[in-house]
Amino acid sequence: MIKISNLWVDCDTFQLQDINLDIPQNEFFVLMGPTGAGKTVLLEALAGLLRIKRGKIVIDGRDVTKAPPEGRGVGIVYQDFALFPHLTVLENIRYGLRFHQIDHKEAGARLSFLLDTLRIDHLGARFPTHLSGGEKQRVALARALIIKPMVLLLDEPLSALDPGFREEIGGLLKALHASSEVTFIMVTHNFAEALSLASRAGVINNGRIEQEGTVTDIFQKPCSLFVANFIGMKNLFPAKFGSEKAYLDGLELKLAGTPINGQSYVAIRPEEIFLNREAPPNKVNSFGGIVSGCIDYGFFSEVQVAVNQLTFKVLITKRTIEAQGIQTGQPAFLSFEPTAVHTL
Amino acid sequence: MSRREPFFWVTVSCSLMIMAFILIPMIYMTTAPSLSDLLAAARDPEVLRSIWLSLYTAGAAAVISFILGTPLAYLLARRNFQGKRLVESIIDLPIVIPHPVVGIAILSATGRDTWLGDACRTLGLQIMGTVTGIIIVLTFVGLPFYLKAAKEGFESISPKLEKVSRSLGASMFGTFLRITFPIAWRSLLVGLILCMARAISEFGAVVVVAYHPMVASVLIYERFEAFGLKYSQPVAVWLVAVCLILFLALRLLTLRRKIEA
Repeated sequence: MIKISNLWVDCDTFQLQDINLDIPQNEFFVLMGPTGAGKTVLLEALAGLLRIKRGKIVIDGRDVTKAPPEGRGVGIVYQDFALFPHLTVLENIRYGLRFHQIDHKEAGARLSFLLDTLRIDHLGARFPTHLSGGEKQRVALARALIIKPMVLLLDEPLSALDPGFREEIGGLLKALHASSEVTFIMVTHNFAEALSLASRAGVINNGRIEQEGTVTDIFQKPCSLFVANFIGMKNLFPAKFGSEKAYLDGLELKLAGTPINGQSYVAIRPEEIFLNREAPPNKVNSFGGIVSGCIDYGFFSEVQVAVNQLTFKVLITKRTIEAQGIQTGQPAFLSFEPTAVHTL
Repeated sequence: MSRREPFFWVTVSCSLMIMAFILIPMIYMTTAPSLSDLLAAARDPEVLRSIWLSLYTAGAAAVISFILGTPLAYLLARRNFQGKRLVESIIDLPIVIPHPVVGIAILSATGRDTWLGDACRTLGLQIMGTVTGIIIVLTFVGLPFYLKAAKEGFESISPKLEKVSRSLGASMFGTFLRITFPIAWRSLLVGLILCMARAISEFGAVVVVAYHPMVASVLIYERFEAFGLKYSQPVAVWLVAVCLILFLALRLLTLRRKIEA
């Protein structure tokens, strides 16, 4: 269990403010946020690599706020791998063993398990410069895990990898997490990565935690405009609420429940809106508008539909656009389920 | 840059001129003395003693720079602090001060009525006209070269490597010994070579502090003054040869290790 309370960290140009987080043991927790939000600063503070101004970090019941990095049981894996260039792959992986009292047999067993699981047993004698990005990241993971840390911090471990390797390493991370008791804390700015790997997440912005909860909760119920924007809720409109209803710019939206007091926005994910040329029969939350634009994202396109003064963004496949005959300047009908309308 | 462009030929001709400017005097000097002059100089105990003294004192200056300078170079590479610019400017001072002034400054600081002079006398250290004096002067002029090279070497190592090492259980000192130093050692060695080369070539500061015992550069000057160009050339050739062999050997050593890594 990691307990971070009222944590303040001052860097040269940046400040982490009043961070409070509880992360149970063996959880896969993701810290999300845009570049410069303070994700890496928080990781390095956890690892003891930055001076803490105020607050407390407790790992497994032990207050480590003032403990040096080597006395914390916290491993770290960086985006750019940070392999020791003058040591071979095997020497890199075994580096941490000498600082921990682990008997020979146990160390050997751990080493062969990691070499095997990460499929790097053939690379042992090579130097890091002769490895691909994916191989480097696997070596970095083995090096951090061989000493069985209580917590493994992963600083954007997938960002520097080619798409193929990214999926592979993502899968390995999942497998390693499942087969160990280590708590994984991963930093990313990619929400899709968080969704596929983690159970819980925190969204950090400007040195503060904006929202913390299960990944699905954050995905479906963002608590602020920032979080909604960050997770790709592209349809965000100010609204007034009645009983199970939202009113925005002349439209009446059916909701799945009555929003709580103080909420003033509705948010709809672009992939949860259907688009048709004809009005769908007997459908609640169905509105006619004019297609005002289309942005090509490769396999998908974002179609913009103007309804009164509002512009809805709809994410659909190119095939659907062709099959439906949707064209800019032509009328089209949007529809979405009441459960797709989130309030905040 | 194509060969057809005039700019290309400007760069080539400037480069050739510089090569010639450096090499012609060297070639003339090294080919001027006859073989018998060279052999005679090599058998002259005064020449041998002075070249050995030059190497020995410059080597000692490099070792002192290494021991005292490495922690400072590391500090400058890794930490930002108030007054860092000032510290860096102070380090550069020995490069810009005229050489005889360095000698005079060191004699002034260790003179009869200074606390440093008193401390030296208590410790039995005499500066004027001694090997100790020569080593102090050479350290003064050579240190900035080592510090600069070492600092750049440390700066080129990602701090993340050190952070990972600490997270794996190594202390700060252990991390320095196992990670930082082994990666930076080539830069440190280059710094030591620069520092030693600078120290061997020093004349102005040494001559003020210690005319005797004579280092090679002082001996060359003395023979030039007393007996003329022809008599000083063989000593100069031997000094250049010894330095070249030494530095070439060190360079080869670093090159070979680089290939291994």
